[in-house]
Amino acid sequence: MASTDVHPASEPARWTYLDRIRTRPGPFTNPAMFSGDGVASFMEQIKILVIGAGGLGCEILKNLALSGFKDIHVIDMDTIDISNLNRQFLFRQADVGKSKAEVAARFVEKRVKGVKITPHNCKIQDYDEDFYMQFQLVVCGLDSIEARRWINATLVNMVDEEVEDSIKPLIDGGTEGFKGQARVIIPTVTSCIECQLDMHAPRAAVPLCTLASIPRQPEHCIEWAHVIAWDQEKPFPQLDKDDPEHITWLYQKALQRAQEFNISGVTYSLTQGVVKNIIPAIAATNSVIAAACCNEALKIASNCAPFLGDNENYMMYSGNDSVYTYTFRHERKDDCPVCGQLARDLAVDPAWTLRELIDSFAARPEAQLKKPSVRAEGKTLYMQSPPSLEAQTRPNLDKTLVELGLEQGQEIGVTDAAYATVVFKFKLKFK
Amino acid sequence: MTEIIMSQTPPILHGPSEKERKYDRQLRLWAASGQSALESANILLVNSGAGTVGAETLKNLVLPGIGRFAIYDETQVSEADLGVNFFLDEDCLGKSRAQSLTQLILELNPDVQGSWYPDEDVKTLSSLLRDSPLFTLIMYTHPIRPEQLAQLEAYGQQHKTPLVAIHSAGFYSYFQINLPGAFPIVDTHPDETATTDLRLLNPWPELVTFAEELTKDIDGLDDFQHGHLPYVVILLHYLEQWKAAHDGKHPASFKEKTEFRKIVQGAARTNNPEGGEENFDEAAAAVVKTVVQPSLPSGLKEVFEYKHTDPAEQRSGFWLIADAVKKFYEKYQCLPLPGKLPDMKAQSKVYIQLQNIYKAKARKDAAEILQIVQATPGGEHVDPAEVDLFCKNAAFVKLINATGGGDGGSDAQISRADRLKSAAELEFANDETAELSLSPLSLLPIYLALQATAHVDLSSEEGFTAEAILAAVAKRVPGAEKRERVVQAANEVARAAGGELHNVAALTGGMVAQEIIKIVTKQYIPADNTVVYDGIGGRVQVLRL
Ligand SMILES: [Zn+2]
Repeated sequence: MASTDVHPASEPARWTYLDRIRTRPGPFTNPAMFSGDGVASFMEQIKILVIGAGGLGCEILKNLALSGFKDIHVIDMDTIDISNLNRQFLFRQADVGKSKAEVAARFVEKRVKGVKITPHNCKIQDYDEDFYMQFQLVVCGLDSIEARRWINATLVNMVDEEVEDSIKPLIDGGTEGFKGQARVIIPTVTSCIECQLDMHAPRAAVPLCTLASIPRQPEHCIEWAHVIAWDQEKPFPQLDKDDPEHITWLYQKALQRAQEFNISGVTYSLTQGVVKNIIPAIAATNSVIAAACCNEALKIASNCAPFLGDNENYMMYSGNDSVYTYTFRHERKDDCPVCGQLARDLAVDPAWTLRELIDSFAARPEAQLKKPSVRAEGKTLYMQSPPSLEAQTRPNLDKTLVELGLEQGQEIGVTDAAYATVVFKFKLKFK
Repeated sequence: MTEIIMSQTPPILHGPSEKERKYDRQLRLWAASGQSALESANILLVNSGAGTVGAETLKNLVLPGIGRFAIYDETQVSEADLGVNFFLDEDCLGKSRAQSLTQLILELNPDVQGSWYPDEDVKTLSSLLRDSPLFTLIMYTHPIRPEQLAQLEAYGQQHKTPLVAIHSAGFYSYFQINLPGAFPIVDTHPDETATTDLRLLNPWPELVTFAEELTKDIDGLDDFQHGHLPYVVILLHYLEQWKAAHDGKHPASFKEKTEFRKIVQGAARTNNPEGGEENFDEAAAAVVKTVVQPSLPSGLKEVFEYKHTDPAEQRSGFWLIADAVKKFYEKYQCLPLPGKLPDMKAQSKVYIQLQNIYKAKARKDAAEILQIVQATPGGEHVDPAEVDLFCKNAAFVKLINATGGGDGGSDAQISRADRLKSAAELEFANDETAELSLSPLSLLPIYLALQATAHVDLSSEEGFTAEAILAAVAKRVPGAEKRERVVQAANEVARAAGGELHNVAALTGGMVAQEIIKIVTKQYIPADNTVVYDGIGGRVQVLRL
């Protein structure tokens, strides 16, 4: 057993319930993978990383601390907002404005004796592979697809077939209202977040001409205020979506426009929801999804029961209509730009300009790239940065694919600064 | 009309209140009406057994601002509690678990009131039930002593209080909702895509006139006007043409609809830079879903056919409105129009006119229903807003627990026992073919194994052996104890010996809290009636037991 400073004398009694499960095999435990004696001390050696200290993150930290993990790190760059308090139960009114990672870490350390939680008040992109290499497991509770894709690509890139420890299982949770999902990714072994990207298709954007000339819905008026009126009038130097004064300005603008067109339904709350793309969130759903994730973490760390990942790897949950789960195996894709080897087919019109091609990446469910740069067989077609290269390649934007010399079946490489060094490989299929 | 007037009054331009900001993310789910229902609720937790799942459930109710709660828990905080329950710490050791939990859970939300028992004055569960203000809902956790369960069931029956039983042990859990009679829900929050009801096959005169006016010279329209005809108008126009060519009949079969879709798509102008028209694309895409005869959804059919056993229930607002809607349906062969128009490509002014035509028809239908309601004895007290809500959601109204729950008494006990046996028969039969039908195996064995320890004291070792569990299963469902999956479940339950895993307790507490929120707010659809969770396979099954 481990040293006494992590193990107060009272510990065995404290972990009675957990030890019954993690130190004794059950009917579903794989005996070849399981050794009850060493489990507790093995788990104490594990370094586990939690990404996000929000609604899911607070729950995840609590759950891991009460699952026998002792060395937990947490990354979150956000500060606490009053609208977090309806679910982020480690925070109080007096904590508003403080670092989420720091307050959450301190709270759980104080409540659960013997657990060490190291907060990182920064972005995940601030760290490199060396940082991520120190962990054995990563649990993600994020509300941004972009951050998920970044950590996924980073963990897949880190895999070195010669080094077994380089495979870091990634457990990812997400919620929306009464619904959510939990999934386990074993990088390069199971399907990855990029393979599953089309499960989370982006919401279709409203065409600019609708906003500009034929609004019909309150949302159209709000988007008009946000996208068009703000730029024209620049009431403040920079739009801060968390500043009530800025939201009020947008709300008033949207309301005027709605009245002009006899459209009803513009409210402050809707304005805020549309501009910030607010996803409804409650404690109960976070509780379900975070626990589903941490339950898998415990099983992976202890082998006390089969975990998601081997066979099934994805659990969908919905509480809208009764309670429903769908647990299934999402297959790896050979043409996944992150974990696959093959280029993915890309249906394009040869008469498209490069600009049209580039704009199309944002809306494609399987790509969702907002600032793509494009290369083709050593030739740079368009680069978003640095500025000099951007200026140099900009003229290409108005040329058609044919004019650029692109051919049927040709491979192109697409990169986006948001996803580190990942090259999305596509094979052109002319319509 | 009121809507237009309201939108023209100068808006109040102050931002949201402190409370609206704190609860913003949940108000987007259940609105002010749901929030006020939560804030009026008074929930009792009878916390026996290992005690974590109840605390986790309460956390998820206190955070969104439930009005008040009480915890009844006879145990003192032990070392084992500290390894599984987040709302207890070392300072609590040896103290009343009810008191310690209440204090640490109350820290989560200063708006919530909480109390704990037993205390100096209220020493037993029966005196608590006798002396407390009425509870909105009671949840209790297993294992619980049989006499306490009997007291709770008697209370639930007397006061028509929903009861929720929760059992979490090791990787397994279940909870069972016991509602006092049929439980109707109007505000079921269906998926938005499901709610489109355009009445294209039986349009009313105002809609017909509007469509005709816009399309009487459809070929003479300039490209802008043609490309901005709302798809509803396009479909109405070509449906008229179809009818004229087909003895007044609508496209009905799949083949006819496919043919009709081709006609619509073919009517788009293609001699433009886009090579087509978006509104015609929208029209073609909407054919299969919107060119349909109105039908009676199964949920509402169940409401219409429901036989009341309780005359008081029959006089409630819901049932008076349901009867009026039924009369309306019998008269017109369609439901009151919900009145919502989806977004579609159109000029602003035309879209708003069309939207107002739908809204006006919806208001007219609702007014007719209100008239029927008010003509019924007792109907004069029904809130017109309740009628409006019913009309907007009529197609999605749902009745839960329609056959009545365990309403106490020996007859009900027998029928509940029989229900379990027949459910077991069905579940085991399904398992035989599960591999072929690619469906997951039943989780009933988990329920049976957990249920077998529902009253076993945590300090009892012999009560938690697989043998004891299987013997108890055999008494309830003879033969089940021989099945391999039941034996496995019994061994898994024996492994936990009544102890909780925090994750499973937290997950179950999340699900139970969702269900309680749904029951208290009467929004979304509660589970009917037993939810079983398997933390090894990572999935849930709902059983009606
Ligand atoms: Zn992949």
